[in-house]
Amino acid sequence: MSQFKPIKSLKEIPVKEQFAPGHRLCAGCTIPQVVRLALKAVPDPKIVVNATGCLEVATTIFPYTSWKIPWVHNAFENAAATAGGIEAAFRILEKKRGIKKPKIIVFGGDGGTFDIGLQALSGALERGHDLIYICYDNEAYMNTGIQRSSATPKGAATTTSPAGRVIPGKQERKKDLIGIAIAHGVSYAATMNPAYPTDMYNKLLKAASKKGPVVLHYFSVCPTGWRSDPSQSIEIARLAVQTRIFPLYEYEDGKYKINILVKKPKPIEDYFKLQGRFRHLLEPKNKWLLEEIKKDVEENWQRLLKLAEIST
Amino acid sequence: MRGRLIGLNGDTAVAYAVKQADVDVIAAYPITPQTIIVEKLSEFVNNGELNAAFVPVESEHSALSASVGAALTGARVFTATASQGLALMYEILWIASSLRATVVMALGNRAFSAPINIHCSHDDAYAARDTGWIEFFAENVQEAYDLTLQAFKVSEDKQVLLPSIVNLDGFILTHSLEGLYVLDDKDVREFLPPKEPVYPVDPEHPVTYGPLDLYDYYIEHKRQQAEAMRNSYSTILKVFEEYSEFTGRKYEPIKTYGIEDAEVAIAILGSSAGTARYVARKLRKEGKKVGVISFTLYRPFPASELRKLTRGLKALAVMDRSYSFGSPGAQLFMDIAATLFNEKERPLLFNIIYGLGGRDLKPEHVEYVFDKAFEVAETGETPESEIWIGVRE
Repeated sequence: MSQFKPIKSLKEIPVKEQFAPGHRLCAGCTIPQVVRLALKAVPDPKIVVNATGCLEVATTIFPYTSWKIPWVHNAFENAAATAGGIEAAFRILEKKRGIKKPKIIVFGGDGGTFDIGLQALSGALERGHDLIYICYDNEAYMNTGIQRSSATPKGAATTTSPAGRVIPGKQERKKDLIGIAIAHGVSYAATMNPAYPTDMYNKLLKAASKKGPVVLHYFSVCPTGWRSDPSQSIEIARLAVQTRIFPLYEYEDGKYKINILVKKPKPIEDYFKLQGRFRHLLEPKNKWLLEEIKKDVEENWQRLLKLAEIST
Repeated sequence: MRGRLIGLNGDTAVAYAVKQADVDVIAAYPITPQTIIVEKLSEFVNNGELNAAFVPVESEHSALSASVGAALTGARVFTATASQGLALMYEILWIASSLRATVVMALGNRAFSAPINIHCSHDDAYAARDTGWIEFFAENVQEAYDLTLQAFKVSEDKQVLLPSIVNLDGFILTHSLEGLYVLDDKDVREFLPPKEPVYPVDPEHPVTYGPLDLYDYYIEHKRQQAEAMRNSYSTILKVFEEYSEFTGRKYEPIKTYGIEDAEVAIAILGSSAGTARYVARKLRKEGKKVGVISFTLYRPFPASELRKLTRGLKALAVMDRSYSFGSPGAQLFMDIAATLFNEKERPLLFNIIYGLGGRDLKPEHVEYVFDKAFEVAETGETPESEIWIGVRE
């Protein structure tokens, strides 16, 4: 078990910002929440490595930058490999030249993590680089204009999985990123959500206290891609947890823990009706798909409950 | 000749140079015919002979990605690959040079698939020609060793800050045991002191590396990069000169044989230059005025030197160990044609394709090429398209 002091209230979060305002992320986008909290929770010295994606393009439009700490963007699929190289270099430079090794935070979107960057992530996890890998998952390729990824949930309409007359949106389930991370033997993996900032901050603190790779899966609302009201992003994020669609849980040294135990889940329809990407699921002809999704959500919840039960 | 004479194959010679360069990070993935390099380097690291991090990545794409990250911290970085591996790295080749990541890479030249083949072609070397990397070609194991050491010095020079590739012909050099002179460790340290980082990734002095750069700045940055590549030439000359004086082994961008009074010549890359020179010597004894031009430096292309050297020639056979499908000639041919086009006094050019996938280049092939060159010089007529030699038609 790692040594860290969890916070009880948001007031305990440091005020100092290392992520400057004036960036061009969309109104209602929840990516900045995880970035700001991560930079506050992880102590200096630290470095950010960023995969190509929304966060990268919107925060570093030359000659401006939102980053008050070193920031490196190489390409789309190789953030974990780039970070691995940086980490390995500092490991040696610390020995040879006495340079203090910084903490390395990696940010990748769901496309850069679940899809094109999965191999590089797998390699970095297997090699055991000392990294905090944070996937900001807005459930599609939003930067290129809302195309489906393997993180897009079943039923969602994207520009490459449209709600057509024959096929109503994406038909495949979302990939289990945390499961993949755990299969690599990481010591810590957790899900995070912008509607639960205290939980998120404590997970970031815990991640920062670990040695070796840790994986954090952050649920990020995208009003542009989800066709939702930008003022409702936090409400939507909260509903994702309260409907059990995106459970908040963590895995630490072999043990699973559900952090927000949702005893009475809200109807999934409450979550769907706030987002244009799911609107077709509420039509009577697509009831079968809605039922299938409800079954998937329930199965996943039961699976996590069992994992938490048998591992304690 | 400074150093002590030992026997090594090309791959081991490169690995030995990398060890003596005291690199900090090696990120690499195995691929024939380069694999011995990374095997030797892992041995050096695991036996405590080299204080470096060996990052055994899961692909060449990650090998170069990790190398770029490591180089930006100020570490001295090496990687190696061949053929398909270079192709998989292709995206990051451009990023490495554009981020001014001073990686040195050994490229065990090997043919591209399909069909799959593990032997020598220059497809991979040519694939990197537009990417902003400095490219050297070794003719033998000694040069593979010497150029590896010089590549670090060139790449890390503050006037350059560009990555370098040292090309060595797959199997012909990578796996051939040759005698070579290796320097003492202390001599290497004298020639190649530790890397002095420029704008490293340093939490004390935060820098944003690799931002979004649109139509309002991108072209200026590319213009600057073009200038950096052009300017690297004078540093390369300086390093060649310094190394030549230091070791007694002469390095120049272009090596020539008999070019002073030659009527016809061959232009060629890599180990085949030796075969060409062997035949040229023989023909000279017969009174035939032939010459050989080979390139130790391929990028930046030594254009002005080439213009001077080819002034007296009547015909020049450009030999390519690759093919550029649908192009008006293979890669070296196009380089040379473009270099000489505006010259008032220039030789007639024709293109020879040879040795693909490791097919032997025999002395009789070279003799045929010289004969053809004399024919072109006498008739003033050049072949309509490239001539393939050593091939069953």
